[in-house]
Amino acid sequence: MEKIKEANMNSNSEDVVAARQLARKMAEELGFGLADQTRITAAVSELSRNIYLYAGKGRVVIKAISQSTKKGIEVVAEDKGPGIPDIDLAMQDGYSTSNSLGQGLPGTKRLMDEFEIKSQVGAGTTVTIRKWLT
Amino acid sequence: MEKVPILKMGDILILTLQIKLHDKMALRLQGDILEKISESRAQSLVIDVSAVDLVDSFIGRMLSDTVTMARTMGTETVLVGIRPEIAITMQELGLELEGIHIALNLDKGIALLQNRGGVRYGED
Repeated sequence: MEKIKEANMNSNSEDVVAARQLARKMAEELGFGLADQTRITAAVSELSRNIYLYAGKGRVVIKAISQSTKKGIEVVAEDKGPGIPDIDLAMQDGYSTSNSLGQGLPGTKRLMDEFEIKSQVGAGTTVTIRKWLT
Repeated sequence: MEKVPILKMGDILILTLQIKLHDKMALRLQGDILEKISESRAQSLVIDVSAVDLVDSFIGRMLSDTVTMARTMGTETVLVGIRPEIAITMQELGLELEGIHIALNLDKGIALLQNRGGVRYGED
């Protein structure tokens, strides 16, 4: 099994589809059930769309991970876009600067087990999400 | 770009959403649906999402907007075929399909439209 998959985002909405297909495939290979596969796919769809909408270019790296006895999936979505000035605000339900409803980040957090975000204005944003097999 | 076929059955337009719908395609489809409503004067629209493997915030918004736009034009929409994992994901993402008629499958969707008087056969 390929342990790392990478999708390059290049200002094309089809890249979002490509990234989420990679995520679904990896989730399926790792043994996640259909509901979790769909959660992971949705989370990757939201993160890769954020890159497409706000930064244009970036990458999404999908990895099989393990910690002691548990196994899981980790997705890192990173871009060198404009960054998020107020992360707390971006994490609020209903907040969006691109008229996309704003479910993106808080929704993604709810879908996954772990969620970390780092962002610097003018430098870019990196979001790391994980889900563990139970 | 591939086109999603919109079928007409009596007074009903039927649209089966396909799996790999990217954003640009979704927006174009929205325009196609409204044009088809205008040209066919259909009273009802059924959107079947049973072949869709994911409804994320963008597709959710597109669906919800399309239903509102269709209603503005005088056409009622029923969304059918939401799979369990899609329902779970939509709920956790925070997507609500408020004010949208939903039915389990195509048959029940058409029955719903008939009961609502959206489709008329003979006396009415």
